[in-house]
Amino acid sequence: MSVLKYLLQKEFRQIFRDPAILRIIFMMPTLQLIIIPLAADYEVRNINLAVADHDHSVYAQQMIQKIKSSGYFKLVNYTDTYQEAIKSIESDKADIVLEIPTDFEKNIVREDYSKLFIAVNAVNGMKANLGAAYMQGIIQDFNKQIRMKWIQFPKVPPQTNISVVESNWFNPMMSYKYFMVPATLATLLTMVGVFLTALNIVREKEVGTIEQINVTPIKKYQFILGKLIPFWVIGLVVLSIGFTIMRFFYQIHPLGNILVVYFFAAIYLLVVLGLGLLISTFADTQQQAMLISFFLLIIFILLGGLFTPIDSMPAWVQKLTWLNPVSYFIDVVRMVILKGSKLSDIRNHIFIILGFAAILNSWAIFNYKKTS
Amino acid sequence: MDNQKVIVVDELTKRFEDFIAVDRISFEVSKGEIFGFLGANGAGKTTAMRMLCGLSIPSSGKASVAGFDVFHQTEAIKKSIGYMSQKFSLYEDLTIKENIRFYGGIYGLSKTQIIDKTKYLVEHLHLQKHENSLVKSIPLGWKQKLAFSVAIVHDPAIVFLDEPTGGVDPIARREFWELIYDASERGITVFVTTHYMDEAEYCNRVSIMVDGKIEALDTPKQLKHRFESGSMDEVFLKLARKAVRGE
Repeated sequence: MSVLKYLLQKEFRQIFRDPAILRIIFMMPTLQLIIIPLAADYEVRNINLAVADHDHSVYAQQMIQKIKSSGYFKLVNYTDTYQEAIKSIESDKADIVLEIPTDFEKNIVREDYSKLFIAVNAVNGMKANLGAAYMQGIIQDFNKQIRMKWIQFPKVPPQTNISVVESNWFNPMMSYKYFMVPATLATLLTMVGVFLTALNIVREKEVGTIEQINVTPIKKYQFILGKLIPFWVIGLVVLSIGFTIMRFFYQIHPLGNILVVYFFAAIYLLVVLGLGLLISTFADTQQQAMLISFFLLIIFILLGGLFTPIDSMPAWVQKLTWLNPVSYFIDVVRMVILKGSKLSDIRNHIFIILGFAAILNSWAIFNYKKTS
Repeated sequence: MDNQKVIVVDELTKRFEDFIAVDRISFEVSKGEIFGFLGANGAGKTTAMRMLCGLSIPSSGKASVAGFDVFHQTEAIKKSIGYMSQKFSLYEDLTIKENIRFYGGIYGLSKTQIIDKTKYLVEHLHLQKHENSLVKSIPLGWKQKLAFSVAIVHDPAIVFLDEPTGGVDPIARREFWELIYDASERGITVFVTTHYMDEAEYCNRVSIMVDGKIEALDTPKQLKHRFESGSMDEVFLKLARKAVRGE
């Protein structure tokens, strides 16, 4: 075992002497955790609205006021011709045009019926979609309001309304940071683990020191443990930094026991490091290792449920995500932090991830050859 | 010199698909001998040496190093040899002391052995002032002497040196060869490849490889006599010119 001691000592010395690695360990998680969740917010605000008002009535004004006060829209152009309004979409100043026809108010009062027109700039599909949906919601609400005022007049039949009351479980405020921050942390841990391990070993190949190691009586398992243990420790350090940021910067207080996440992460890191190790056995240069890692990580992250829910992916892609370790970790982190899941709730996740760890590490050990 | 054979090679061959890198070479090396392994670039020296070090499994033939078979006992061979490759093999981001300590440790030296060895080497190489400097900051000549000392930190039976003095000045080379003589006197067999023919003169015996085969093997004196040459340089040129395969 003393051989392992010397390997670990050497590895930790090198890590603490390399400013680039230290930066990856401390700066990368801090910056990414602060930036990604703020940027990847699905709530669309600041939708630029242009209004073509042909009516200039009280109702039209009230409605525009209501739209503006919702907080989602910014009135950038208020004109009385449709051509004028559509120009602001063409010049990309507006995302949505609301056209209020002549006699809008008159028709509502007299005919009990009126039409509005919404034109959407679909270049940014997400913004357009949500913008139109928000707008419809607001207009329906407005519609209900004015009808409630008339309810005292018997000639107008009261609208039968089914009102829906929502309650968001596990994330009562529907705040995206609760959803994004834990998952970002899971992704970060994956990236740090894969990159550090793969690049570290391939670097020894490039410099030539691995040849010197291969000609010593070091056992394969000693060499591999000597590489995995330091990065495993670093992984847990990164996780702790992440939890600290989550707690103090985002004020997210995990509902479940944070030790459950640590326990899962401890196993999960074996998967990640095993993957890095495996990549290093295939790559001869750091460039190759970098490209292979990027290729795999991008797929893992996009299919991991960080940005888009796995349930909305096509069925065959959903099956692919079963092979994606990242999706299990993101799942577990969200479960424990938002739902307060216990060890027994994530039992299946643990078994699956143990399987990944066993397969990837055996493959890597098999592939790493001291003698060619 | 006693007649104990530490390296015995018989018809050793290495094939890479169609290419025969090493073609049925045979030779023996005795304990304490300084054995020069010469050849033009691409003649197959490094491949042959890698097989003897247990880094590469031969395609056919027989060989034993320090009494262990190169096919099945590669890990046992690794315990009894030292190796210094063309590529620089110390950790540049560790200090001189840390490198000695690391390699001593992975060769299984005890704590006190490591401390003694470190003290001895640092003094012997006159590196007292630099023992805590990072290896990347010291001159190449020193690095190579240090690399050699680290390669024999565990007192192996044989040390393999692959072009150990490439790129250093004549004074540093001279000093390097003094270290080699020291090791040889302590009974360590030295197996060395080189492109410097003056260095070939320092060897007890020299083999010259051409196109994967050993074309000549004898003492430098006998070789010069046989090829009617005044220096090893001429001997080498006469033999190496016959090569048909390029680099």
